Amino acid sequence: MTASASEKPGPAPLLAVEGITKRFGDLVANDAVDFDILTGEIHALLGENGAGKSTLVKMLFGSLKPDAGRIVWNGERVSIPNPSAARHLGIGMVFQHFSLFDSLTVAENIALSLEDDVPLSTVADEARRLGEVYGLTLNPEALAGDLSVGERQRVEIIRCLLQEPSLIILDEPTSVLTPQEAERLFETLDKLKAEGKSILYISHKLDEVKRLCDRATVLRHGKVVAHCDPRAETAKSLAAMMVGEEVQAVRRTHDAPTEDKADRDIVLGVHNLDQPPLGPFSTPLRAIHMNVFAGEVFGIAGVAGNGQSELFEALSGEQLQDNPNVVTIGGAPAGRLGPNGRRRLGAAFAPEERFGHAAVATMPLTENILLSRHASDASAYQSGGRLGMLRRSALGRTLSRVVEAMDVRKSGENPDAGTLSGGNLQKLILGREFDRRPRLFIVNQPTWGVDAGAAARIRQALMDAATAGAGALVISQDLDELLEMCDRVAVIHDGEMSEPLDARTVTREQLGLLMGGAEPEKHHGVAA
Amino acid sequence: MTRIELVRRPQHSALFSVLSPFIAVLITALIGGIMFAMLGKSPIGGLYAYFIEPLTEIWSIHELIIKATPLILIAVGLSVCFLSNNWNIGAEGQFIMGAIAGSVMPVLYPGITGPMVLPLMLVMGMAGGAAWATIPAFLKARFGTNEILSSLMLVYVAELFLDWLVRGPWRNPEGFNFPETRSFHADAILPEMLSASGRAHYGFVFAILAALIVWFMLSRTLKGYEIRVLGESPRAGRFAGFSAKRMVFFAFIVSGALAGLAGIIEVSGAIGQLRPAISPGYGFTAIIVAFLGRLNPLGIVAAGLILALSYLGGEAAQISLGVSDKVANVFQGVLLFSVLACDTLIRYRVRFVSPQPAAAPEAVR
Repeated sequence: MTASASEKPGPAPLLAVEGITKRFGDLVANDAVDFDILTGEIHALLGENGAGKSTLVKMLFGSLKPDAGRIVWNGERVSIPNPSAARHLGIGMVFQHFSLFDSLTVAENIALSLEDDVPLSTVADEARRLGEVYGLTLNPEALAGDLSVGERQRVEIIRCLLQEPSLIILDEPTSVLTPQEAERLFETLDKLKAEGKSILYISHKLDEVKRLCDRATVLRHGKVVAHCDPRAETAKSLAAMMVGEEVQAVRRTHDAPTEDKADRDIVLGVHNLDQPPLGPFSTPLRAIHMNVFAGEVFGIAGVAGNGQSELFEALSGEQLQDNPNVVTIGGAPAGRLGPNGRRRLGAAFAPEERFGHAAVATMPLTENILLSRHASDASAYQSGGRLGMLRRSALGRTLSRVVEAMDVRKSGENPDAGTLSGGNLQKLILGREFDRRPRLFIVNQPTWGVDAGAAARIRQALMDAATAGAGALVISQDLDELLEMCDRVAVIHDGEMSEPLDARTVTREQLGLLMGGAEPEKHHGVAA
Repeated sequence: MTRIELVRRPQHSALFSVLSPFIAVLITALIGGIMFAMLGKSPIGGLYAYFIEPLTEIWSIHELIIKATPLILIAVGLSVCFLSNNWNIGAEGQFIMGAIAGSVMPVLYPGITGPMVLPLMLVMGMAGGAAWATIPAFLKARFGTNEILSSLMLVYVAELFLDWLVRGPWRNPEGFNFPETRSFHADAILPEMLSASGRAHYGFVFAILAALIVWFMLSRTLKGYEIRVLGESPRAGRFAGFSAKRMVFFAFIVSGALAGLAGIIEVSGAIGQLRPAISPGYGFTAIIVAFLGRLNPLGIVAAGLILALSYLGGEAAQISLGVSDKVANVFQGVLLFSVLACDTLIRYRVRFVSPQPAAAPEAVR
C-alpha cells in the first residue's frame, strides 16, 4: 500500500478536498480529510460503515456544512451551501435509497427534479436519448411503482445525467442490485468515464473497486488512512487498510471461558436456523449454528445488511421458528415462544433501531421501561389481576435505578424518549435490561451512533454482566468493539455465519476477508 | 413575496394540544359567518340561531343530549381504533347492524315481554355491531386489505340491508304498507330520565359510562398501553410482545360493539321502531367528534355535545332563517378540516420567511 497522497505534477484536479473536518458533538466524523478527483477518473471512497464516507459526501453535495477545510472546484475555492448549489457547479449524486413517486411515470419523476419548466415530452425524449447512449434502457411512460430496483436506479442515474454534471457521486450503488444489474451499471460507468466525466464511487465491496476504479481513498474513523491504486492492491491489503491493522490493547475484565466449555451452561443454542427472506430487501438466514456459553461474550461481525437484523429478530422471538428446538434459551426450547416467553426464560434484547423498535419516541421514559418488562416483571408493574392496572410508582422507581446505574442524562423527571440523545437513550434501553439481571443478552449494534463515553459504559456493563455469569451475544459492525469485548467472534455474510474464531488470536485481516465474503481460512477455526 | 414555512418542533407543544380544538371551533365560526353573509343572512344572527338558541330552552337541551348520546358512544369506540392505528370508517354501518340485531326481540317476538327484554336487546345490539366490524378486521388481519375502504363499503351494505328489511320481511303487518317495523312494546323502550321536562333517555348514562371505562382502560391499564404502543409504532409493539393482528380485532370489536350499542339505544330510546333511515350520519360525524376530542374519551364527551349542537342548530336555522339543513353538514365538514389543520400547530411552528435569491427549490427526495 502507498500511504502517501501521491501528488505528481499532472492535470489539475477537477475537485480537491483539503483538510475537511466535521464534528457532531464529541464525535469527529471527518478529521482533516484530503483527497482529489481528476477529470475522467473513477475514484473510490472506501471504508467500513461509520468510517465517515457519507458525511464527506454530504458536504460535497451541500447537505452538510464542513467545520473546517476547503473545497476546490476547477482550481477555485467554493462553498456549497445546498444541493442546488452543488448541482449548479456540476456535481450530481445518485443516492443509495431511491426517491421516486410510485404513482408517477418515469418521465414525471424526472421532470419533478428539474428546476426549470420543461415540457414532459421533451423530458421523455431526452431520457430516452440518454438511455440509449449509456445503455440505460428505460420506458419513460412506465410507472415508477412497476420498476425493478435496477430500473429505479437507472431513473436516478438519468435524472442525475440530465443536469449534465462533470462529477457524479454514487453512494453504494450496487448494494441493492443483482450481480447482472451491477455488471450493466459498471458498463455505463465505463462509458461515462470514457466521455471525460469523473465519478466518485463509494463502496466497501473490494472486488468492485478493483474492477472499476483508477484510484482509491480509504477512510477509517473519519481519517484518510491511504491513497492508493486499487488495481495494484490485493483484496487482502485493501481490507487491512479499511479495518486497520494495528492490534489494539484489549482490556478484558472477565476470564475468558477456555477449554472447559463442555462444563459450562449453554445459555443460547441455535441449531440450523433457516429463514426465508421476509420481504423484498430482507436477507435469508441459512443454517445458522452457534452456542453461547454462560460467562462469555460472543461477537458477530459483518457489514450492514448481511442478515444481522433478521438474525436478531429470529432470536428475539419477533420472528418465530417452526421448530421449538431451533433456538434454546437456558436449555429450554424457545423457537415457538414470542419475545415475552423468551424474556421469561432469562433473555434480554436490545435491537439496533432505537426509535420505533427499542423505544417509542413519543412516550415518557417510564412507559419505555414498561415496553420490554411488562410481562417478565408483571408482578412488579401490574396490579388488579386481570385488569392489568399499571403501577406507575414502581415504574418510576425502576427508572431512577436505571438512570443512576447507567448515568442517563435527561431533562426533567420523566421526559419523552424522543428528547434524549442517542447515547443516553441507548444507555436507558440497555439499562432497563441490566436492571432485570438476565442470563442472556442479545444486542444488535449496541454502540452505533453513540458517543465515546456512553459506548465505553455500555461495553463495560456488558462485560461485567458476562463476568457475573451471563452470556452475551453482540452483533456489531465495529471490529474494534468486538475485539475489545468478545471471547469468540464469528462473521455473518449474506445470511450465513462463519465458524466462531478465538478473539484473542484472530486478525483483522481474517475478519475483513470473511466480511467481504471470502472463504474462511479453515485452520483458524475454533469449533464451538 | 413572503413564504410561509412549517418548522418541525423538537417536542409536541403542550399548549397547542389544548388550544387547537378551540382555535378550530373559532375558525369554523368565522367561516360559518362568512357563509351566512354569502347566503344573504346576518352572520351574527345565523351563528346565534345555530349555536346559542338551542341552548336557551330545557326541551331543547334534552334533544341535545339525545343527539350527543350516539355521537359519544361511537366516538369513544373509534378512539380505541384510531389510537391503535386502525382506521374504522364504517361505524355508521356498525350502528345500523347493531340497531337491526337489537331489534330482533321486539320486532320478531313482540309477545315476549318483561324486564329482561331491554338488557337482551342492548347485548344483541352490541353483538351485531361487533360482528359487522369483525369483517373488515378479519380482512385486514388475514389479507392486508385496507380497512378504510372495506369498513366504508360495508356501511352501504348495512344501509341497503336495513332498507330491504323494513320494506320486506320486517314490515309492520298492521302498518298500512309504510316502510317501517311495528312499534316497540313498552318493555323494549329505553326509559326517559326526566320525562317531565323532555325526551332525554338513559342512553346518555351509557355514553358517559362507556367514556369513563374506556378512559380508564386507555390511561391506567396495560391494555391501554398496548393500544397506544401499537398505534405509535407497530415494530416497537412487536418487540414488546404485543400482537398487531389481535389488536386489529380488539379495536374493531370494541368500536363495533359501542357503535352497535349506540344503534339499538337510538332505536329503542329515540325512535321506537326501525325505519329505512335511522341515523343522520352519526357514524361519520363521530369521526369528527373523536378527533375534536383529541381521541381522549373525556374530551369526546365535550366534543359530542358540540357536534350535537350543530345538528340541532341546523334544524333551528332551517326554521328561523330558512337556510337548508345541509348547512349543518357544511359546518361539520369545516370543523373536521379545521381540527386536522390546527393539529399541525402541535407538531410544527409556523415561520414567515422572506425569499433568498439563491434558495432554489430543492429537488424531490
